[in-house]
Amino acid sequence: MANNAMTSHDGAHDAHDDHEHHDANGLKVFGFWLYLLSDCILFSMLFAAYVVLSQAYAGGPTGAEIFELDFVLVETALLLASSFTYGLAMLGMNRGDSSAVIKWLMITFVCGAGFIAMEIYEFHHLIVNDMGPDRSAFLSAFFALVGTHGLHVTVGLIWMALLIIQVKQKGLTEAHRGRLMMLSLFWHFLDVIWICVFTVVYLTGVML
Amino acid sequence: MLGKLTLEAIPYHEPIIVIVLAAVILGGAALAGLITYMRKWTYLWTEWLTSVDHKKIGMMYIIVALVMLLRGFSDAIMMRSQQMLASTGGEGYLPPEHYDQIFTAHGVIMIFFVAMPFVIGLINVVVPLQIGARDVAFPFLNSLSFWLFVVGVILVNISLGLGEFAKTGWLAYPPLSGANYSPGVGVDYWIWSLQISGVGTLLTGVNFVATILKMRAPGMSLMKMPVFTWTALCANVLIIAAFPILTATIAMLTLDRYLDFHFFTNDLGGNMMMYVNLIWAWGHPEVYILVLPVFGVFSEVIATFSKKKLFGYTSLVWATIVITILSFVVWLHHFFTMGAGADVNAFFGIATMIISIPTGVKIFNWLFTMYRGRIEMTSPVLWTLGFMVTFTIGGMTGVLLAVPGANYVLHNSLFLIAHFHNVIIGGVVFGAMAGITYWFPKATGFMLCEKWGKRSFWFWIVGFYLAFMPLYILGFMGMTRRLQHVDNPLWVPYLVVAFIGAVLILIGIVCTVIQIVVSIKNRDQLQDTTGDIWGGRTLEWSTTSPAPFYNFAHEPQVKELDEFWEMKERGHEEAAKKPYAPIHMPRNAAAGVIISGFSLIFGFALIWHIWWLAIVGLVGMIASFIVRSFNYDTDYYVSVEEVERVEREGRERRSLPGARTPTDTVVQG
Repeated sequence: MANNAMTSHDGAHDAHDDHEHHDANGLKVFGFWLYLLSDCILFSMLFAAYVVLSQAYAGGPTGAEIFELDFVLVETALLLASSFTYGLAMLGMNRGDSSAVIKWLMITFVCGAGFIAMEIYEFHHLIVNDMGPDRSAFLSAFFALVGTHGLHVTVGLIWMALLIIQVKQKGLTEAHRGRLMMLSLFWHFLDVIWICVFTVVYLTGVML
Repeated sequence: MLGKLTLEAIPYHEPIIVIVLAAVILGGAALAGLITYMRKWTYLWTEWLTSVDHKKIGMMYIIVALVMLLRGFSDAIMMRSQQMLASTGGEGYLPPEHYDQIFTAHGVIMIFFVAMPFVIGLINVVVPLQIGARDVAFPFLNSLSFWLFVVGVILVNISLGLGEFAKTGWLAYPPLSGANYSPGVGVDYWIWSLQISGVGTLLTGVNFVATILKMRAPGMSLMKMPVFTWTALCANVLIIAAFPILTATIAMLTLDRYLDFHFFTNDLGGNMMMYVNLIWAWGHPEVYILVLPVFGVFSEVIATFSKKKLFGYTSLVWATIVITILSFVVWLHHFFTMGAGADVNAFFGIATMIISIPTGVKIFNWLFTMYRGRIEMTSPVLWTLGFMVTFTIGGMTGVLLAVPGANYVLHNSLFLIAHFHNVIIGGVVFGAMAGITYWFPKATGFMLCEKWGKRSFWFWIVGFYLAFMPLYILGFMGMTRRLQHVDNPLWVPYLVVAFIGAVLILIGIVCTVIQIVVSIKNRDQLQDTTGDIWGGRTLEWSTTSPAPFYNFAHEPQVKELDEFWEMKERGHEEAAKKPYAPIHMPRNAAAGVIISGFSLIFGFALIWHIWWLAIVGLVGMIASFIVRSFNYDTDYYVSVEEVERVEREGRERRSLPGARTPTDTVVQG
């Protein structure tokens, strides 16, 4: 079966026989790397602000008092697993197997949505217990940093849902391959950011 | 339903604003009427507004910049006249809350909506042509960038007639810009116009770095790139590195104002000094984003009109790279007095002085390029000479300010104001004028009238010295910035001279407007039929003027630096004998306009706290983006017949009666 898929994939390439389209994907992925660099700097500013304000409790709760490492560990595991399953989707793409791509994207989506659901639960829990971002500068920085990451994951989820529909409609066209590649970069990038969040915010937070 | 928006938001009790508004509305209506009368809406929509052609986008950037220059300058001349009238205890004619909005608007407009679009416009027009490409890497994204920038412009202008603008100074330092001390909508206008246009700028940065690194003509290695392209590359790298800092910083201020966060508040652990650090970590690189490309302009101009290779190309490139890196380690010199301590201040003071070394290298590059050259005194050369003298003075006062001890005395005084106008007018404005004059024929097919260009230059430069040299002196005399009124007769003579200088600059701007009008009127006599009107050295001059929409019928092959000059020396051996091939081009796209339109709604609604409308704007943006992603028909091939037709027309233009050689035109001009 893998062999069959391989042939049909090559066939698709021959049918195209169009160099500019291949270059177009390479160019887009390169441009996306540049965008990720800028996003990385955006996060680094939020990290810097968090570190500066990480002990500005203003009489409110400290990190050690509000972070539940077990809970966050499950969140982390979900996100890491979703990166792995996205990798499997990309392997499917390289085989030219669009149904595998859709299947693994859906699994990735579920993991990502689970992560977001847990994060919303955590935020909600804090806010109703009067530990929202308006309580102290520390909590402001915490909500902004973790929330920005969550916002990125949400955008990634919307994008992923869209790609599932598009791949279902038209298969693994050249344009869709490029988009899958870019979302892959985005998704793994968010994973890396999360590992930094986990380390700098949660692990360091419970020790302070 | 309408949030904070009521009829009270219209400042009808301020006669100045009402008159300006009436003029703007009448003018706008007249323009719209004219377009309707001439039946040009479809043309405007299909040929310009939805265009993804980098040359047209570049021209639109520059047109917007020119219009906003008028707005920013009227703020300037109001400030000059107010200070002149209100220095002996009088009240002047601008009340404090209005004056504060004017100096804020002046700074914001001149930096974000005049200097930036001048520079980005020139980069758009020139860079793809210089590297032998047919468009930028992401043409649709380029259109989106432009329209997001326009949304920023629109928001700033809406603030004139609806509500107020920020009264905080152009960088909106908290806690003054926080919700407690600025409860009005002014700071929110500031936030959303900069945030939305800033995203556009960031996308431009991504676009041009990808374009320059990935789309150069075969054979053009990095060290064979024209200098302007090099400086554009460095400026766009700076955009990618610096603009996210602005985005993040403004986002934090937004959270403080809208959702009661405490990043920069006085209470609950906020740290306003962090804002000042963050905003200048963007702000200082921003200065180089503006000035590096105009260094590139001057390099091209001076080499072309000296009829010589640029002296020390390699050193100039390395100087540019060094400035790019150093621009990130000097930001603290904007607030030595904040109290970071002697060691920190010493570090940043020395770093600042070091950055003047690569800049000095460049001055010598240009001087030695002129040395023994056959210099033609065209108006771009005049702007360049004016720049070299003026910028050197501005650079030296900058080094003076970099001494922390001196800075404690001069900081926040008019000395500082004089310094940064000295480098920004002497550098960026003069460079923009030189660049526009130099590349105008390439973009439009005809030259700008030299006579009015030279007049504009002389009024600008004399006006500049009269307007700003007195401010250096006033700074030494202790006059601080942003004073609405003051009682000190000793300062009056200097303020009068400064006002006269501003009037001369006004005449200079009027000359530029006349220059454009006269040139359009006489465009038949001013035609560039050769495509190489100045005797240029780089690839953009190898195609016709105006450049065809696909730029080059054949992809240029590059062997050397100054490839076109070498090509002319070799005698055009590869002249169009090869058969044409179909050319792959992007289709026009309305999505950029539509997405930006929704972002305008989004920004406006958030400024006035109209939450339902903000949701409409946000959903509209996302939905139109998604719709666009289902459109797979975004490019096409230009047929060989079409290419042949365009090229034939280009050749016919060359043999028109009255077609001139480059030297003829220059002498005549």
